Amino acid sequence: MQEPKRNGNGAGGVGVYVCHCGTNIAGIIDVRELAAYAAGLPGVTVAREYKYVCSDPGQEFIKQDIRALGLGRVVVAACSPCLHEKTFRRATEQGGLNPFYFQMVNLREHDSWVHTDREAATEKAKDLVRAAVRRVRLHQPLERRRVPIDPKVLVVGGGIAGIHAALTLANAGKKVYLVEREPTIGGHMAQFDKTFPTLDCAACILTPKMTAVRSHPNITLWTYSEVTKVDGYVGNFKVTVKRKPRYIVEELCLGCLECIEACVYKQAKVPDEFNLGLGKRKPIYLPFPQAVPQVVVIDPETCIEFKSGKCKKTCVEVCGDRLAIDFKQQERIEEVEVGTIILATGFQPFDARRIPYYGYGTYPGVYTALEVERLVNAAGPTGGEVLLRDGHKPRTIGIIHCVGSRDEHTHRYCSRVCCMYSLKLAHLLKEKTDAEVYNFYIDIRAPGKAFEEFYNRVAEEGTHFIRGKVADVYPEPNGTGRLVLQAEDTLLGLVRRIPVDMVVLATGLEARADAQEVRRLFNITCSTEGFFLERHPKLAPVNTFTDGIFLAGCCQGPKDIPDTVAQAGAAAAEALALVDAQFVELEPNTAYVLEEECSGCKTCVPLCPYSAITFVEAKKKAEINEVLCKGCGVCVAACPSGSIRQNLFEDAQIFEEIEGVLAHA
Amino acid sequence: MPDATPAPRKFEPRIVAFFCNWCTYLAADLAGTSRLKYAPNTRVIRVMCSGRVDPQFVLEAFARGADGVLIGGCHPGDCHYQVGNYKALRRFRLLRRLLREMGIEEERLRLEWISASEADKVKAVVNDMVEKVRALGPLRLKVPEEVFAEEVAA
Ligand SMILES: Cc1cc2nc3c(=O)[nH]c(=O)nc-3n(C[C@H](O)[C@H](O)[C@H](O)COP(=O)(O)OP(=O)(O)OC[C@H]3O[C@@H](n4cnc5c(N)ncnc54)[C@H](O)[C@@H]3O)c2cc1C
Ligand code: FES
Repeated sequence: MQEPKRNGNGAGGVGVYVCHCGTNIAGIIDVRELAAYAAGLPGVTVAREYKYVCSDPGQEFIKQDIRALGLGRVVVAACSPCLHEKTFRRATEQGGLNPFYFQMVNLREHDSWVHTDREAATEKAKDLVRAAVRRVRLHQPLERRRVPIDPKVLVVGGGIAGIHAALTLANAGKKVYLVEREPTIGGHMAQFDKTFPTLDCAACILTPKMTAVRSHPNITLWTYSEVTKVDGYVGNFKVTVKRKPRYIVEELCLGCLECIEACVYKQAKVPDEFNLGLGKRKPIYLPFPQAVPQVVVIDPETCIEFKSGKCKKTCVEVCGDRLAIDFKQQERIEEVEVGTIILATGFQPFDARRIPYYGYGTYPGVYTALEVERLVNAAGPTGGEVLLRDGHKPRTIGIIHCVGSRDEHTHRYCSRVCCMYSLKLAHLLKEKTDAEVYNFYIDIRAPGKAFEEFYNRVAEEGTHFIRGKVADVYPEPNGTGRLVLQAEDTLLGLVRRIPVDMVVLATGLEARADAQEVRRLFNITCSTEGFFLERHPKLAPVNTFTDGIFLAGCCQGPKDIPDTVAQAGAAAAEALALVDAQFVELEPNTAYVLEEECSGCKTCVPLCPYSAITFVEAKKKAEINEVLCKGCGVCVAACPSGSIRQNLFEDAQIFEEIEGVLAHA
Repeated sequence: MPDATPAPRKFEPRIVAFFCNWCTYLAADLAGTSRLKYAPNTRVIRVMCSGRVDPQFVLEAFARGADGVLIGGCHPGDCHYQVGNYKALRRFRLLRRLLREMGIEEERLRLEWISASEADKVKAVVNDMVEKVRALGPLRLKVPEEVFAEEVAA
């Protein structure tokens, strides 16, 4: 053992800690053999194996060994560094060493969990540990960069998730920019009539929150807007927002709606987006009565003034000296600086046309669940009366569950809310039409608070439940106009054919069509299903892999409103925690130039995507701005004279790793 | 040493993998949490970006006894650092040519785009590469003297 008592300067030997992780690692890798092997490696002072190195006693071993044995370096062979690198760096620091005198070996995710051959897995573990020991001996003491955090927060998406997150932050005194793509906030929830399982009216619980957003002094609300560019990093993002022209001066519009009344179109003729085309609107319109902001929009596609320039402009006339209408309004670009970002861009319903045999778009009697939400809504296109496209009231209704969910041809996952909203719609439809309602389900999933009770209630109301996947929807042969739902009833073991007047498709929730573009814009990742990926499914469910960017609501995956709100609160809390810390510590993995060795060839300068490298003419040398450098290492790999180096990823360290994994006994 | 290796019965390729921190490394983590099973022949070295992979790393790996080298990065357009993976691709193409001249088969060096959610691709790529390299047999590099002799003879 070399120089045992010289603590803190990293001159001592290496301590290696092999974690069993219960049986997660020890079940496949021979941890005892591995520790014994590690103990014999050059430079290793001590090697231990322990049940859970991340536990308090586990960390205590590390700290004590650093003090008692004068360790200079620490290697922990356990799970992925994404999970516990921070934990062990902290333990290393608390033991009295520079936290970067540490290296982690990923035994669990990259070895024991993916291999079945004990011997091969143990051999691999030895290779990895050997590489880490060799590497860590070359580690340098580093300082984390501390950068101040801009306290302002950007929230993208104004559904219930974005609304709740924005209000939480604003109530805590933080300035929030809320950017919503549509002319109003509210998201999908604004389209519902009632919400399961309590059946409280969606508008009654949502509208107060929407108006609170509008009137909150700490919230800047930009509707009809989109983020087009994001620069910077945690604490200091620079965001560009495009504000589409709505041809109304927002500050001057009082929301009196007289212009809509006065529009030269006496009748509303344009299919109305908010009512999913079931109703009509005029070219100048308010998406729905409770829209926030209460500011109308002009749709240039259908407005006569935009099409021909020859409209009488009765809207302008009636607006009078309020002067809120501006046909020349241009797109505006805003640039804002924020420290943290919450993404709450929600979901889109599965497109029912993708399953042609259900006949959506072919048979007028087939509706999506969201359309039915509008039909049962008192403010909806039919004033809350459930009338079919042919004007009749349905007497029999079939609800098909799991449309676009739990199916390998569409989405494999369960959309989590469809069973419950189908029960809700069954109840509402029955209440409004007294029809016979049939639910065709695979399994009823009612795992939330008061959900099972709600299911029982709906069942007791006399709604029919048929366990079976509908295989076909076709018109009744004798021209009754009804549609036959054909399914195998798996409880009875026979094929049922039930004629109905109305078919409701419980379409699942899927990632938005532009989720990939949004993901790129914000530099985060998506999971296989296309939803934004959280940093850890259990322990960091609202974090992303990009520091300072958080997720809330259905953009992360299907969920109901209670879960969405809880997650939005969590995302707001995470953002607050960062903002209130005032500073953030960044990984010190930046690149730097060895000035004496730089030949001034300028190869590196154009390579840097962040323009962090400049060529200093006076010295004829390259220089890296540490604040701008994000530490990718592209310039390091490209420098022909080897004079750019990268902290934490020094060439020498990586060469040691390469030799280490290959230096077979 | 109980496992002092006599002449190995069966050739087990050794593959050094450089995985970028933001996509492929995470995909390999996900393969773990999903308990996918794949061949135990790779040894992953984490780099921040595939663009950090210096051609010398690859050459060093071959020189030190690797039978194959796998570079994993984010899909085009997805690099956490915008364009690092394009740099990696450019270097990869050059490297392959260089390796060919050195008599190292193309299949021994592989560049793959594997996003954080593509755990199954990690499995597929590793298994496939192990099979291909196994079929090629161990890498035998010409020792410098041989190269030197060839150059003199030329
Ligand atoms: C038919 C149906 C019925 C349902 N019924 C219930 C119920 O009764 N009870 C219940 O608890 N849950 C119910 N749900 C689930 C509920 O809809 C969701 O939990 C909730 O809407 C999720 O809110 P969100 O804010 O995450 O997403 P969303 O409501 O989708 O809101 C996202 C918002 O972000 C905006 N946006 C999207 N992309 C961008 C962008 N790039 N830039 C700016 N803005 C953007 C959108 O315009 C939208 O306003 C139902 C779902 C469906 C489909
Ligand atoms: S970060 Fe993955 S390739 Fe650049």
